[in-house]
Amino acid sequence: MTATGNRSSERRRNGPRNDAYDQTDRKMTAKMSPRTTLDKLWDSHQILQRADGASLLWVDRHFVHEGSHHAFARIAEKGMAVRHPELTFGVADHYVPTSGAPATDDIARMIRTLSENTARHDIRLFGTDDPRQGIVHVVGPELGLTLPGLLIVCGDSHTATHGALGAYAFGIGATEVAHVLATQTIWQKKPKRMRLAVEGTLMDGVSAKDIALNWIARLGADGGRGHAIEYAGSAIEALSVEGRLTLCNLSIEGGARSGMVAPDQKTLDWIKGRDFAPEGADWDRAAEAFLSLAPDDGAEYDTEAVLDAAEIAPIVTWGTSPEEALPITATLPDPSRAGSEAQAKRIAASLDYMGLGAGRPLDGTPVDQIFIGSCTNGRIEDLRNAAAVLKGRLAIVPGMISPGSAQVKAQAEQEGLDRIFIEAGLDWVGSGCSMCVGMNGDLVAPGKRCASTTNRNFRGRQGKGARTHLMSPAMAAAAAVTGTITDVRPLLKGRA
Amino acid sequence: MGGWTVEQGRAAALPVENIDTDQLIPARFMSTPRSEGYGPFLLYDLGHDADGRPDPNFPLNRAEAQGASILVTRRNFGAGSSREAAVYALVDAGFRVVISPSFGDIFSSNAVNNGLLPARLGPEEVETLLSACPAELHVDLDALTISGPGGTHAFELDPVWRQKLINGWDDVDLTLAHGPEIAAFEATRRTVAPWMWPA
Ligand code: SF4
Repeated sequence: MTATGNRSSERRRNGPRNDAYDQTDRKMTAKMSPRTTLDKLWDSHQILQRADGASLLWVDRHFVHEGSHHAFARIAEKGMAVRHPELTFGVADHYVPTSGAPATDDIARMIRTLSENTARHDIRLFGTDDPRQGIVHVVGPELGLTLPGLLIVCGDSHTATHGALGAYAFGIGATEVAHVLATQTIWQKKPKRMRLAVEGTLMDGVSAKDIALNWIARLGADGGRGHAIEYAGSAIEALSVEGRLTLCNLSIEGGARSGMVAPDQKTLDWIKGRDFAPEGADWDRAAEAFLSLAPDDGAEYDTEAVLDAAEIAPIVTWGTSPEEALPITATLPDPSRAGSEAQAKRIAASLDYMGLGAGRPLDGTPVDQIFIGSCTNGRIEDLRNAAAVLKGRLAIVPGMISPGSAQVKAQAEQEGLDRIFIEAGLDWVGSGCSMCVGMNGDLVAPGKRCASTTNRNFRGRQGKGARTHLMSPAMAAAAAVTGTITDVRPLLKGRA
Repeated sequence: MGGWTVEQGRAAALPVENIDTDQLIPARFMSTPRSEGYGPFLLYDLGHDADGRPDPNFPLNRAEAQGASILVTRRNFGAGSSREAAVYALVDAGFRVVISPSFGDIFSSNAVNNGLLPARLGPEEVETLLSACPAELHVDLDALTISGPGGTHAFELDPVWRQKLINGWDDVDLTLAHGPEIAAFEATRRTVAPWMWPA
């Protein structure tokens, strides 16, 4: 991959400017210098810009979940109302049980508090009993609440996911959530623009997850810091919308707060007809606006990088940061060969936590269990990919499959995927964040090794002392049937 | 939240890369109301053994780290989750400044919203400070400098964040003062993009 930094973008920084209304004034738009997708989204949401460079941006969609309780407490303290409840949506996901009743009183209280807060402020909630419940980053796009051209925030770092449809979406903290609740706006400094192109064709058995972990491994877990990423190139165009959602979801693991893909016909086809998507004449107007979000010819980026799709192998994390990832064919790093003392220390600490030996092959590492789900890889295509490997095979380690939403669950059952999973010996459970974060009590036990389709292999992420290896759904399915971290490609031979 | 300009205090070293938000505060503590104080949860699993006993060798459990208000650490600090609780844990444990070569973006904005300075220094300068710890450091938001045994280092900070830390501004009040501009924007948006409002 080649990365070039700081291509001149000075000429577009021509001071405070308010083109919030550029959608109405096409002549003015035509005269402006070529713009990236981020530029267009930024310009159309900027209410004002302060002399110090901070911009006040309009928020089109705000998603809240159980973790938003700090923010609700804050506006309660100030006696403030929610400014636009009709643009705010609640989803129960982080603490919901995936089978049976909530595991503890504390967990039940978190779910109840969300219901109380959303009811008090007249916010629509997709709660535990709703057939449209699910993980917020699966539900938003699925319901057509996420649309191209919107600015979307949520008190969750994986909000970047929604950018796959051409929205500018980013995660925010509790103080900012309270601010959005109270004002429907947010103060931001414009991030730098990064174009990450993936050109060529992916090999069979290689997916969006592999693209993401690949670039993070190369550029580092802080490689995208300060940037909004625009994914482009022929391999991204070829990705399904589901794949693009996975890719954008992982932007934050590379340090970028947001990632996006410019809307194309595929995006439009995917959105049309969804519950909250525009209809009739509105749809026609909207669709035209959506397609106009593609970057202009000659638009400039602050940073550009290019990946060759054909070079991407299935990739697995071996350590405790998403940057600690290697192709399945590689051997584990050796701290004695590290470039610096700090690096050597990090590698040694990660290997130690993960219970792995330096220099050993990654392929063949035994796992104790698998988990398929999360906002990264809990969509229907992910389940189909796992089922393609599991069909007619038995899992030799236990595992849990949690669909990303109740609707994904219903769809999977209609396609008979649940039978494949159950017949393989895996647990088919309800939808929620589940073992991605363990807040609902679905945990990996201390010292246990889990092949997981989630997004964070941080220490203790899936439970205290848990060892997480991130990988694609197909790779996790391969780990289930072999009991080891292994290359899925041979297992796919002769299968659709 | 009050603003501040100068912090003079003890610095503790945490020479580790990639301290993520899940380590700063493990998820299981996050249903606790803030009024109970998040300080004891800070880096809990790194600082305690399997039975919950404090590990005496963990840098922040050592005697010289007690009472520290400045944390010096390696790259990619605060990567990961948007959980502001990670910042609450640091602030409630008495920290006002974290010095690192790089920070998670969301962590940084959360920090500034809670009066905690994420100060960026070059990797070499951070290594110098790490080896000087425990040390008394002087952090100056006006001058954007950190002074200590190894000399004075200039650090990088977004000017917006600098003002915010110094003034202790509450954004909501600032924003509400722009009510008319927001209303005008909203009115236009309803005309040019009516589909934006879900049916
Ligand atoms: S599935 Fe995991 S990463 Fe996604 S929103 Fe839930 S906890 Fe966060």
